[in-house]
Amino acid sequence: MIEYIISKYNYWIYIVLMMIGFYAMISKRNLMKKLIGMTIFQTAIILFYISIGVKRDATIPIVPEHSHEAIKALEYVNPLPHVLMLTAIVVMVSTSGVALALLIMIYKRYKTIEEDEILKLRQEAGA
Amino acid sequence: MSHSPILIIIIPLISSFFVPLIGWRKKNLCYPLVVLALFISSILSLYIMGSVITHGSIYYRLGGWEPPWGIEYRIDYLNGFMAVIVSFISFLVAIYSRRSGEQELPDRIVHFYCIFLLLVTGLLGMVVTGDMFNLYVFLEIASLAAYALIAIGEDGALMGSFNYLIMGTIGACFYLLGVGYLYIVTGSLNMNDLSQILPGLYHSRVVRTAFALFIVGLALKMGLFPLHTWLPDAYTHAPSAVSALLASVMSKVSVYIMIRIMFTVFNPYFSIELIPITTMLSWTAGIAILFGEIMAIVQPDLKRMLAYSSVAQIGYIVLGIGLANTMGLTGSLLHVLNHALTKGCLFLGAGAITYRRGTRDIRQLGYLHVEMPFTMAAFTIAALSMIGIPPTCGFFSKYYLILGAIDARQWIWVIILLLSSLLNAIFFFRVIENAYFKPLGVIHESSYDRGEQEEANEVPLGMLIPILALAAAIILTGIFSGKIISTIIQFAIPEGI
Repeated sequence: MIEYIISKYNYWIYIVLMMIGFYAMISKRNLMKKLIGMTIFQTAIILFYISIGVKRDATIPIVPEHSHEAIKALEYVNPLPHVLMLTAIVVMVSTSGVALALLIMIYKRYKTIEEDEILKLRQEAGA
Repeated sequence: MSHSPILIIIIPLISSFFVPLIGWRKKNLCYPLVVLALFISSILSLYIMGSVITHGSIYYRLGGWEPPWGIEYRIDYLNGFMAVIVSFISFLVAIYSRRSGEQELPDRIVHFYCIFLLLVTGLLGMVVTGDMFNLYVFLEIASLAAYALIAIGEDGALMGSFNYLIMGTIGACFYLLGVGYLYIVTGSLNMNDLSQILPGLYHSRVVRTAFALFIVGLALKMGLFPLHTWLPDAYTHAPSAVSALLASVMSKVSVYIMIRIMFTVFNPYFSIELIPITTMLSWTAGIAILFGEIMAIVQPDLKRMLAYSSVAQIGYIVLGIGLANTMGLTGSLLHVLNHALTKGCLFLGAGAITYRRGTRDIRQLGYLHVEMPFTMAAFTIAALSMIGIPPTCGFFSKYYLILGAIDARQWIWVIILLLSSLLNAIFFFRVIENAYFKPLGVIHESSYDRGEQEEANEVPLGMLIPILALAAAIILTGIFSGKIISTIIQFAIPEGI
């Protein structure tokens, strides 16, 4: 069992990180903490994708010019998941950007980023 | 014209970069540019649909790369049909957005148009792409644009937008994880390629986990019942043009992806026989219908009522998917079109009422039939379509859904569908009664003396035309629904059902 966990430790870390982020997103009442949770959640997915491309004792996937030897796939890491993550990182950065901009506007409007206090303020305004 | 699959995405995308540049010097030129871009997109999508009908599916290789490695755009009946819906509704909403935007966000109209075009780009991209990861990127483009568009709405929109952002990100990340799981076992991202590799791996736990992640992620994105919590706030407080676009088109695109994944990427045998997903979907959908409509009955706010009604209508569409027979899916796809037209018309109508009255309280709508006869007529037609009265289109999709439920011998859905029509009637007649049969409310009597003059005070023509066009489309789609089914929808239904 222990060996099973250790041999795939990067995947276990990804699950643990993802659950930490998930917990923060759905249970924290502070909007900033929710946002931090979201970032952890997304980073966990990056870790997962990076893990699936890695091979032990493999090198970067650049084939030397004029090489006449057959290409052994085992000697090179799979670059595709890493490239996908470059795109995903851009997406995640822009998500955080939009979220932070929203938080600034929420703070300007309500002078707090505690969800309960905002709800109370809005109920008072509605009543 | 061989490049039309990419052009329908590129044109709004490029225009969205030009909008701020032009708006910097001349604000007035933005609107024609937006309308022109979306008009070209709509014409191209019609052209694509036409050539799919005459020549069969279109395969477009981005940059000339072969499919399993490069990105392939593949358009068949199903997504050609979706592309037409998305581009036409967004074209009409863009026409509408000028006058309502002038009132709701006077100094931010340039930014509004820029993000609006990005949203349409994302939606069209999700529809035409045949690549799982490309779909994720477009999904995020559309979602990010939607968060920003909701946030520029009225007071309260900020919290709605933030909640949507958190929930939407969870949904998109689940989708991304699902793509990763499929990549581990197949090494492919192309939908067509996946559909050929996957059948041998259906008993793998990784594949099943990926499927579960897809369904949950997309259910979050479309606002299916237990995951709908972000939806009412976001739709209520967004600018009226944005609510119309989100409610009528964005949720439908998520539905389309769900159909695509359940029946194209995975085959119907997997989705129907191997795992109990259809049963789970129909039960959640059934609860969504009743919950959404009961919540809609108690809302005093017109837009919030429509938002809860959207939760119920998503339930209808998912119920058709859950029934997973030809009749049910026909009803489902027809309802995608019908609900896009109907909800678009209702939200635009609600926006028009707000534009003139400055309130969305249903109790204060008295005397509207004199003040805004055309808007109210269109609103009533759309409401009748929601309830399901022939010859409006809403009748036909409900009819097919009920036939599907009878085919599947699941009588409980027949009862729920009939009951939901009654519930729909309750909350829409509440609006109609207030608007047509009640004199001006007490609250308005002092402050609103124009009502006594009994003269029409319609919204500007730019807002009225899209509303009337959608109302006309509702009746025409109803009359020609047989034709639509026989030329498009029957071929859009995935094989093997």
